[in-house]
Order: sequence, then structure tokens, then C-alpha cells
Amino acid sequence: METLRFELATSSPAKGSRKIALVGVVASGNLEVLLEREGPPNRCTIEISTAAHGFGPLWEAVTTDFVSRRAAGGLRISINDGGARPDTVSLRLAQGVRLIEGPDA
Amino acid sequence: MTGSSTIPTSRLSWFEAGARQRLAALVDPGSFMEFIGPEQRMISPHLQIFDLPAQFDDGIVVGAARIDGARLLVAAQEGRFMGGAFGEVHGAKLLGLLHAAQALRRDLVIAFDTGGVRLQEANAGELAISEIIRAMVEARTAGVRVVGLIGGRAGCYGGGGLIAGCCSTLVVSEPGRISVSGPEVIETNKGVEEFDSRDRALVWRTMGGKHRYLIGCADIFVDDDAAAFRDAVIAALGRPAGFDGVRLAAEQARLEHRLARLGAGRDGRDVWRSLGLPDAEAVPELSTEAFRREADACRETADDAR
Repeated sequence: METLRFELATSSPAKGSRKIALVGVVASGNLEVLLEREGPPNRCTIEISTAAHGFGPLWEAVTTDFVSRRAAGGLRISINDGGARPDTVSLRLAQGVRLIEGPDA
Repeated sequence: MTGSSTIPTSRLSWFEAGARQRLAALVDPGSFMEFIGPEQRMISPHLQIFDLPAQFDDGIVVGAARIDGARLLVAAQEGRFMGGAFGEVHGAKLLGLLHAAQALRRDLVIAFDTGGVRLQEANAGELAISEIIRAMVEARTAGVRVVGLIGGRAGCYGGGGLIAGCCSTLVVSEPGRISVSGPEVIETNKGVEEFDSRDRALVWRTMGGKHRYLIGCADIFVDDDAAAFRDAVIAALGRPAGFDGVRLAAEQARLEHRLARLGAGRDGRDVWRSLGLPDAEAVPELSTEAFRREADACRETADDAR
């Protein structure tokens, strides 16, 4: 397994009050994204565990794009990857940040 | 698309839904409290040895909830992660829930979706299956109802099939499959003449929901709809609880009688004919309503052990 960790500067903090959110599933071509409120509101940490080695630059591009588009400050995001394509990763990240914006579950 | 027909939004396909969606649709809104949630990261200690990704809940969601106001415990397997298979943590979560059900005297609902034991942690998984069966028999003897729900994409196979057989009530939908050895396993061991795993119609008339309901392996047959599963759970929780030697003996006698009555059949359709269904060939095409009407007139029924 390869573990990647990105600590990214964000422009705006995550909205809402939900403490955690979980989207996706660890299956072929899919991934699980766990979002928790942790850390300063202008930072987002993303930790990825993947069996597909050597895709660090791609993950960096996708996660950087994500924090530039979404309000992801103050989030700790943990990913278990089942070999998802970048578009699927982007979709799941967007779903996750939308879910955590909701009211407390 | 120019059509103006509206798609009913309330209907949730049980087959298509994930474990968490199923639970959300099953329990009273806002009543679910998860035990050992994903944020605790109680992941499998074995998968990383095989360079395989883990899932934060190890493929099973467990917790407490209310259904129609009744306080109970619930579990749902995620069939898309490792085929919903039992590993060490996955099994321990269900085992702990059964112990809690017995200690708290609360009924338990299990949404099965499993291919059996996870090959990468087979010893731990097999041990979990036997411990779960023991705990289930003890809980049921103490008066706890255990309702099993089967209609997911992985079906309910291997040790999961054995556990399902120990439930108080089993609810199944047409896509649901229940067995111990799966189609591919049978074909691999006994050859394609014995069982062609690619013949989907054969698989369903041997292990599918309708067949299992007809021969008394399952007790309630429902549409592939989360709301129908919820209604079935409410009905199942209204049935008498309890488990003892008298029931087991009655079930043993029923199974012996069933074997004598239907054992010569070479195919699901032979069994359906022997049961007295008016048109055995038409069974797979019947709607849920029509099927239940025909089936209920002639099907085998189990004694809370099957």
C-alpha cells in the first residue's frame, strides 16, 4: 500500500456543523472518503491509502483542484482507494464536502 | 427526453442501495446510533499484508435504532467491499452486537450481503462465523428475535448462509440469493454439467428468493424496495420469540419430510411442480403479488429454524 499525505491551504472553511461525513465504498474503481472537522480553518489535510503505487502527482493535482473549488478548510479527509479514476475521486470529494455541510446527522 | 412521466422518488431499490442507505431507509428517521463508526478506524489488520485497501468500517455497519418505535439493534453488510465477506473485525462487530442483543434483551435485524468468509483472513473469519452462530442460538434461546434480510447484490453465501439459517425470520426479495456453496464454487468442484454458474436462470431457480421462499428457507417475500423490507421487519418483530429443542425437532421432521417429498427433483421447476404450483414455468415471470398468492397456497413453511 502507498500512503500519501497532502496539507493544503484553503480559501474558505467548510460550512455546516456536521462532525463527520462518509461517502463511497472501497470497491474496484471506487473509493471511500471520510471527512472530519479537525485542524485550523485555513488548512485541509488529505491522507490517501492506495494499492495503486506511483500516482502521487495525479493525487496532488486532484486534491489541489478540489480545495481551490470547494470550501474545505478545517477538514481532515481520509481516503481508502480501490483504484478509482481521477474523475471519480473528484466526484466523491465533492459529495463528501456537500454532505458535511448538512445539519447534524 | 420529452416524456412527462414522473419517477417515484420514495422508492429505494434494496439491491442497488449500499449498507448505510439500507439502514437509513429501514429505521425510524434520526434514530440510528452507530457503534464503532468509521471515524474509529477499526480496520482489518490482515488486508494490508496482501497489499489490499481497507475500509474504515470493515464492510459492516452496526448500531442501535428504532423501527416503528421499537428499540432494537441493527447491522448491515456492505456487499461491494470484499463481497461483504466476513473478516476478523467484521465478524467481531456482528458478534459483539449479538452479545449486546442478548444482554439488553433487544431484537436484532441483520441486512445480509455477503459471499461468506474473506479468503485473506479465513481462519479469523471461520471462527467468527461459528462464534456468531453460537451467540445467535444463545440470544434466541433467551428470547431475542433475529430477523435476517436478504436481497443484496452479493446474496448470502458461505458462512453467511449458515448464519441466516439460524435467524428467527428471514425476509427475501426476488434478486436475493441464499446458499452455502455459490454457483462458481459448485462448478469448480463438480463440473459444468453439475452446475453452470453462468446460467443465471438456473442460479435463481436454485438459490434465488422465489425458490427459497417456496421451499421454506425464507419466511417473508417482498419487493426489491427498502420500504417493503421495513414493513416486513415490523411484521417479523410481531411474531412470537423463543427457541428450543421442540422447535429444532419439528424443523428436523419437516426437513426429512421435505426431502422425501421433493428430493427426487432435478431442477427448481421439478420442485415447484411437486409443490403443486399451477404453472411452474411461469414462476420467474410472476409479479410479487401474483407470486405470493400462488406460493402461499402451496409452499413449505419453516419452524423458525431452517
